[in-house]
Amino acid sequence: MRPFTYERAESASGAAKSAAETPGARFLAGGTNLLDLMKLEIERPAHLIDVGRLPLARIEETPDGGLRIGAVVSNSAAASDRRVRTRYPVLTHALVAGASPQLRNKATVGGNLMQRTRCAYFYDPAKPCNKRDPGAGCSALGGDARGNAILGASEACVAVHPSDMAVALAALDAAVETVAPAGRTRTIPIDALHRLPGETPHVETSLEPGELVTAVVLPPPPEGRQEYRKVRDRASYAGGLFSLALAGGRLALGAVALKPWRATQAEAALAAGATPAEAADAELAAARGTGRNAFKITLARRVVVDALEGGPTR
Amino acid sequence: MADPPVRAAPRATFQITVNGEARRVDVDLRTTLLDLLRETLGLSGTKKGCDHGQCGACTVLVDGVRINACLSLAVMHEGQQVTTIEGVGLPPDLSPLQRAFLERDAFQCGYCTPGQICSALGMLEEVRRGEPSQETLDLAAEIVPLTDAEIRERMSGNICRCSAYPQILEAIRDVAGPLGAGA
Repeated sequence: MRPFTYERAESASGAAKSAAETPGARFLAGGTNLLDLMKLEIERPAHLIDVGRLPLARIEETPDGGLRIGAVVSNSAAASDRRVRTRYPVLTHALVAGASPQLRNKATVGGNLMQRTRCAYFYDPAKPCNKRDPGAGCSALGGDARGNAILGASEACVAVHPSDMAVALAALDAAVETVAPAGRTRTIPIDALHRLPGETPHVETSLEPGELVTAVVLPPPPEGRQEYRKVRDRASYAGGLFSLALAGGRLALGAVALKPWRATQAEAALAAGATPAEAADAELAAARGTGRNAFKITLARRVVVDALEGGPTR
Repeated sequence: MADPPVRAAPRATFQITVNGEARRVDVDLRTTLLDLLRETLGLSGTKKGCDHGQCGACTVLVDGVRINACLSLAVMHEGQQVTTIEGVGLPPDLSPLQRAFLERDAFQCGYCTPGQICSALGMLEEVRRGEPSQETLDLAAEIVPLTDAEIRERMSGNICRCSAYPQILEAIRDVAGPLGAGA
């Protein structure tokens, strides 16, 4: 690990200001992803701003009947909150499908959104990667890219976003609250937070330099069924090969793209009276495999159809 | 913090309570909680397996909550209470779960055992608080029945390369008491 300096933030706006003013600064919350990457020297921050003790650990009702989840609420605390469990079960199911209990106790809601891809080539400093070293090339293209993207990928990057939680947030139409270095706050729809790779896969979110996520806001729960499904190589403590979140009439797919993938084509098809199979086909018409991950297109279609038909979740 | 000497890695001095004893430590900022325990404080009961949060051998309790000590900086825990396997129990005064691991022969090489025991203690508290897992079918229920499937799922963050899982399950079930009534 490279040496760094450290400060414990005393306010969210102060943390954002410090991040903008200090070269090489990164926010540190739970640290479960950042410290792992720092040990591998894939992340080399010169300065850490510890936001873990900011007063952002509350879950509170919003006036319109939704919930605001503070950015440093742990994944475990968010999943266990009685209001989340009863009104947003898809979020609890997605959270407890991710990582291990020890990691969920430490990892935060904000950090979960900001975690980086688990693409094996991103993790291997001996291989070129456009995320680590812009312009170096993508080793996953033509490599052993079994887990990689089938939607929204580019010639520069075929990685996927690893979060389960974010897939549920996409289906719930959540938004993210932030504070910028100058103190300005704004609300970003979850669908606009993460970026597809395009030519610049190292630019992963729409956040400005120094901008800090302070909360996730859930709108009132939608009418209808909520469900999370995850397919992976082992039953627990493994990243997804494909996942799906259903919330009322909304559908989001996970482990298919560099962002949680809101399935708007399928939603529109269903609203127009399409069958589950037709809806799945509408969404996956643009899906492309890059070799060993082509099976994910078939897998995605089958899981989407089964979920829409109301098949058993386990 | 005093200005560090030129080229020296930055350090931090802070207080942390380990197994009930307040300690004042001065460490390179890069020191993980795991390395603080093992290298600085000489508490080698907590084990370093993968050092990347994948195996669970380094599991300790911080303010009663189980975490991977390898994926946390020591300085993040200033002022907090850390419990390691040495704080759970030392011979001859072993805790009920440590005795259950012996009685059930719940290990072979023993390397993962401190992490398994700290993890199980944290897990039982999570169940007492009613926290759900992906095995929990009724999210609205106040009480989570601690079935064998629940124990296995909730312990999935602790790998045992000798594969003593059936005996680890039995040892945990032995001490779970009424929590295991749904098993």
